[in-house]
Amino acid sequence: MGARLVSLALLIAVWYAGSQLAGARLLPDPQAVALAVLDEGRSGALAFNLGATLARVAVAFIIAMMLGSVIGLIMGRSRIADRLGDPWLIVLLNLPALVIIVLAYVWAGLTETAAIAAVALNKLPIATVTVREGARSLDHALDDMAQVFRMGAWTRLRHVILPQLAPYLAAAARSGLSLVWKIVLIVELLGRPNGVGFEIGVAFQLFDVTRILAYALAFIAVMLAIETFLVQPLERHVARWRPRPA
Amino acid sequence: MSPAGARGQLDLNIKQKSFRTASGGKFQVLGELAFTLGSGEVAALVGPSGCGKTTLLRIVAGLDRDFEGGVALPAHGTLGMVFQEPRLLPWRTVEQNVRLAAPRATDTGLDTLFQVLGLKAHRDHYPGELSLGLARRVALARAFAVEPDLLLLDEPFVSLDDALAARLREELAELVNRRPVTTLLVTHNLEEAIGLADRLLLLSVSPARILADVPVVRPRAAHTAAELAALRDKIAQRLSQTCL
Repeated sequence: MGARLVSLALLIAVWYAGSQLAGARLLPDPQAVALAVLDEGRSGALAFNLGATLARVAVAFIIAMMLGSVIGLIMGRSRIADRLGDPWLIVLLNLPALVIIVLAYVWAGLTETAAIAAVALNKLPIATVTVREGARSLDHALDDMAQVFRMGAWTRLRHVILPQLAPYLAAAARSGLSLVWKIVLIVELLGRPNGVGFEIGVAFQLFDVTRILAYALAFIAVMLAIETFLVQPLERHVARWRPRPA
Repeated sequence: MSPAGARGQLDLNIKQKSFRTASGGKFQVLGELAFTLGSGEVAALVGPSGCGKTTLLRIVAGLDRDFEGGVALPAHGTLGMVFQEPRLLPWRTVEQNVRLAAPRATDTGLDTLFQVLGLKAHRDHYPGELSLGLARRVALARAFAVEPDLLLLDEPFVSLDDALAARLREELAELVNRRPVTTLLVTHNLEEAIGLADRLLLLSVSPARILADVPVVRPRAAHTAAELAALRDKIAQRLSQTCL
């Protein structure tokens, strides 16, 4: 904990020194950015925009994770499904995020549906590939056991398959969350009338670096809170059965 | 063919079973092999290592359907199986492992099982916290908790020390005496086979056939040590001849 604080203090010091060298217009000092965060917070704009972005992140993330898990599980378990789905995956994996976003807006208009679909589609192949890897390494011995004891489909999924996939799901969720929020900002910049991405776009046109940093920092703080209070406790719960090192 | 339909009866009639090797060839594991287990009968399949005992058990369990021949299981029968390794779900406690396999088990039924197998203190432990001996007991508890019509045991006490294996064998015998169940036991340990089974089926090296069907006279307790030793020697001799 101490090392982390020292490291954080060092970052702020470097930032401060940088702002002295580059000038407040290019890199405002930490204090100015903190004041801007407070300002936006007081007017309610910060909460409104953070909320809009967070909602998009949540919906796109959930859709991509659910679809990616189901498709990944099926592809990992069935050879034929793997062969059928693999070319699609390669296309999606290599399609630049920007192309998917622009096409979604062109085809579906500048709508919320298009925005969320574009983000989910960007995240989907990565979630699928990760879960597929997990499904390929499922333990056949436990499968046999479940079959001999005639466990139902739900019992097998919940108690035999999902616990084995948990590390892969966690990895997909981790990398997915950071990817999704970055893409959501681009989607907002290009075609939404609110959200952190939209605000950063406006600030870019006004060359308002203070506001850009203020929104970026506020959002990083939110994601950090989600990681600390949601993701990590969940991981601890899922790993509760592992014998702890003495 | 014996009349079908008797509860707990197993009819096995295998023509042959082979595996495809990686080089594209065929390797025959089981030859023509047929036997019937009456209701409540305990049979031990005894044979040299690698003769296809586990393959045979997998066929009976319905885990391997790629063979020529047929298996008639007890009608609507419930299977209980103890694998060579405990095969517990590491992320569920001892009690959850048993209950997931046997959702209809009653609390009193489980209490008795855990009592007999010495697992009372371990109900809430995870498998990673158990010794191999305890984990094997959990696997036994799981197989008995489903109240099986057919019990399949695949070398259930392999890689345990002699004293512990002997104790578990006694516990298994007690469980079978409490509730007689048609049982097929795979082992290469003759003491174990004679101690638990009514009938020994001796298998040849692969492709496996049945060499001999040796009854073990009941009640087992009536055997003197000398008689048991003589029986064991007789069977060991037959087995060693076939292996050469």
